[in-house]
Amino acid sequence: MGTSDMTNDITRLSASDLASALRDKTLTSVEATQAHLDRIAAVDGDLNAFLHVATQEALATAADVDARRQAGEELHPLAGVPIAVKDVVVTKGLPTTAGSKILEGWVPPYDATLVERIKAAGLPILGKTNMDEFAMGSSTEHSAFGNTKNPWDLDRIPGGSGGGSAAAVAGFEAPLAIGTDTGGSIRQPGAVTGTVGVKPTYGGVSRYGLIAMASSLDQAGPVTRSVLDAALLHELIGGHDPHDSTSIDEPVPGVVAAARQGATGDLKGLRVGVVKELSGEGYQAGVSARFDESLEQLRTLGAEIVEVSCPSFTYALDAYYLIMPAEASSNLAKFDGMRFGLRVEPAEGPVTAERVMGATRGAGFGDEVKRRVILGTYALSAGYYDAYYGSAQKVRTLIQRDFAAAFAKADVLVSPTAPTTAFKFGEKLDDPLAMYLNDVATIPANLAGVPGMSLPNGLSDDGLPVGFQILAPAKADDRMYRVGAALEAALESGWGGPLLNKAPELKTTELAR
Amino acid sequence: MTAATTTGLVSYEDAVRRYDPVLGIEVHVELGTLTKMFCAAEVAYGGEPNTQVTPVSLGLPGALPVVNGKAVEYAIRIGLALNCTIAESCRFARKNYFYPDVPKNFQTSQYDEPIAYDGWIDVELDDGAVFRVEIERAHMEEDAGKNTHVGGATGRIQGAEYSLVDYNRAGIPLVEIVTRPIEGAGDRAPEVARAYVQTLRDLFRALDVSEARMERGNVRADVNLSLRPTPESPLGTRTETKNVNSFRSVERAVRYEVSRQAGVLDAGLPVIQETRHFHEEDGTTSSGRVKSDAEDYRYFPEPDLVPVAPSREWVEEIRAALPELPTARRRRLQGEWGYADAEMRDVVNAGAIDLIEATVAAGTSAAGARKWWMGELARRAKQDEVALEVLSVTPAQIAQLQGLVESGRINDKIARQVLDGTLAGEGDPEGVVVARGLEVVSDDGALLTAIDEALAAQPDIVEKVRGGNQGPVGAIIGAVMKATKGQADAKRVRELVLDRIGQ
Repeated sequence: MGTSDMTNDITRLSASDLASALRDKTLTSVEATQAHLDRIAAVDGDLNAFLHVATQEALATAADVDARRQAGEELHPLAGVPIAVKDVVVTKGLPTTAGSKILEGWVPPYDATLVERIKAAGLPILGKTNMDEFAMGSSTEHSAFGNTKNPWDLDRIPGGSGGGSAAAVAGFEAPLAIGTDTGGSIRQPGAVTGTVGVKPTYGGVSRYGLIAMASSLDQAGPVTRSVLDAALLHELIGGHDPHDSTSIDEPVPGVVAAARQGATGDLKGLRVGVVKELSGEGYQAGVSARFDESLEQLRTLGAEIVEVSCPSFTYALDAYYLIMPAEASSNLAKFDGMRFGLRVEPAEGPVTAERVMGATRGAGFGDEVKRRVILGTYALSAGYYDAYYGSAQKVRTLIQRDFAAAFAKADVLVSPTAPTTAFKFGEKLDDPLAMYLNDVATIPANLAGVPGMSLPNGLSDDGLPVGFQILAPAKADDRMYRVGAALEAALESGWGGPLLNKAPELKTTELAR
Repeated sequence: MTAATTTGLVSYEDAVRRYDPVLGIEVHVELGTLTKMFCAAEVAYGGEPNTQVTPVSLGLPGALPVVNGKAVEYAIRIGLALNCTIAESCRFARKNYFYPDVPKNFQTSQYDEPIAYDGWIDVELDDGAVFRVEIERAHMEEDAGKNTHVGGATGRIQGAEYSLVDYNRAGIPLVEIVTRPIEGAGDRAPEVARAYVQTLRDLFRALDVSEARMERGNVRADVNLSLRPTPESPLGTRTETKNVNSFRSVERAVRYEVSRQAGVLDAGLPVIQETRHFHEEDGTTSSGRVKSDAEDYRYFPEPDLVPVAPSREWVEEIRAALPELPTARRRRLQGEWGYADAEMRDVVNAGAIDLIEATVAAGTSAAGARKWWMGELARRAKQDEVALEVLSVTPAQIAQLQGLVESGRINDKIARQVLDGTLAGEGDPEGVVVARGLEVVSDDGALLTAIDEALAAQPDIVEKVRGGNQGPVGAIIGAVMKATKGQADAKRVRELVLDRIGQ
């Protein structure tokens, strides 16, 4: 068996299978990590999922975990399983750019809380993944460091903002990845790359060390190839953090147990609510068809399907595009060339602090970031605050009420994750409003703080993956894992294996090692 | 060019005869917590620049604030002492503006929901009159870093070659106390302003929420002033004189602004709403930036923090544990010490209240303590132009000194020499007496030798005294005191002399 075949075998394993192999000592973490580093070297020239590959650090962690395992030390179940981290999460000693020129070359002096937990559990960090600049976008085309390609079709977008994490996982460069989701940045890339993405309940995973876009909406979560893997990672990174005031001071819901229970396929008595407002017009025919088929699957598994109406969801996108830019305009103020990152002096005229700030921000931020900073600054301005930010907050309250009413009728809510499959590069770049519509089904969960999951839901007529979204009440993340695992098992038995088995083989470049 | 440079000053007396001044004062106090408002960085004065920082206080990407519970407690203490209502729930807000000393380019403050509001404080003026100042709000916020402008002529940013920023101060907890418009002070507005700031300083110290050292910038005042033709007229346009950092400066700044604004109004010009700088050197103010409605901080609720909701039980616990406040303490001590109103006022104005209390606690009578601190020590402090508390003598030492006098071991005159010794670092009064050999000569034998010598030297006086005229006996006593270098008890000498002469 040649190196690349072995690499292929290892990189195709799910995180839980890798973890078993490591525990059984049929595989070492160094082997597993090296296999993924080889895969990255072989395919990332095309995919561009990684902005930075941490070869030495990852192998050092792997060797350390292997030694500890050899010494009989009690290790975390995921110890030794490599992981990729979205570049919006700060990592001590590893460059962190958030996809922006303004942070190029910045090396954080501290770790995000979730990174501390990953390191403490002994997961080698393979590197940092590409993303839309400051997580602003739905295609990763707004990265300052080039597009990430969709492994299903290299001419198409991998979703965004977390296109890098989704492509890395879909392209078998990493079994696990961290994403962040402000309006759908975990779930929509999951949908268009055939992977699993989970946005936990707001406050479920610490935001300390996430470079903030919109503080009241941002949430980190797992990006994986199976629901169980997502649950394993969710339990690792979740839980209270005293460094994040908005973090929930309660134990993480038992999502791993829920995923295992769901995989048995019994959903008897479960009420599944179909959100009327998140279907129909604007949804691609193949997307709707797969969604309807999965509803039938759920019914077959014993679930009761009910229709629910959330009328305020119609205004979710509008409210989101006031609240998010407002918070972002303030969160991004710190990028001014005074203390860290890029510093640009004005081309001519006096070099004052104010002019350096202006020149730095002018040169360092891309168009989409500037667009949102300007929007947000305007929305918060005296005289406009009540009409824009104030009204948007009221809509947010209405959306929360819609959710509460819907969850009185159903245990979980479901919808297609994104209205379409992956589009081609450049297709929506000049039309921000069309780009924003990608997130129409994912945004309500962020506005209400409830958890959401996207899992692979088959291929549309164009042969590209579509996603199935499950939403649960706040702090009931376990419910969506149960439903997700049940649906996943049913779907995969129909497909004869994971959806990603249907993805085309990526061209690999010869290894030069 | 501002109106101030084109119009003259009106004499203060003339200005307040024709205009009614209205004050508004914002006082910032740095809280004496161990750590900063939103992170665990140490709060300590005088550290090496940029050593008392964390990712939070440097505003690094990804960092998040966490509210310092002690700071909230201190803010509630201040609010309660100012007779405010304590909010059942309040929020932080972001005040957005770009400036290098603000690491995040927004200050985390409170805007529409302060922790304390609607209070008042009684301010005692020098003559004992009491003036009530109404408090609009007290809110929590974080301090900014400190800019040092290098290379300019004046230390100001204009003309500087470069600027250095020290973020040690960035994030130190502040409470800002805002008054309602202070009306009715009339010609005493400068004094009211000073007394108000001084009252707050004393309050902060009594509450143990801050060292409240003006010279370190622990307490900073922004003084708003406007004039109007009569107390019935609507409020005039105000100026805000920033960072007036001593009691005297507060008084001077108000005085100056009254004179300046009167000049502007007399010339028929409008007062410009602006920020002004105070100049210690000559007591004037000068125009800073114009503060128009265009200044927009884009306040919005801080999404990284949850509301602060102090439980009523906690607030009541804090109220119950409040220490005695300065006004109540003054009243109590005046009663205990039996000082007259004027005496007590002098003690307060001299900053001697703590010193006298400690001296009394060390065993001295209230009258004895006052005699020293308001007499000899006040004279010396004035002579050296220093505050009483910086004299190098402790209340315990003064108590010991007075004890020596009262026990007759030294007399008043010698006591001043002993004080000299203590102030010069020679140790406790007891030690100085021994080391310098200043103890009263109480050995009758030694005194009688000196008396006999004096009597022998002045036989004429002996005759006069024997003739019934006791007047000249003082000359004999004087000679004895001289011979004993003043260390004799004059009363005892007199007794012995008269006895010797046979009277």
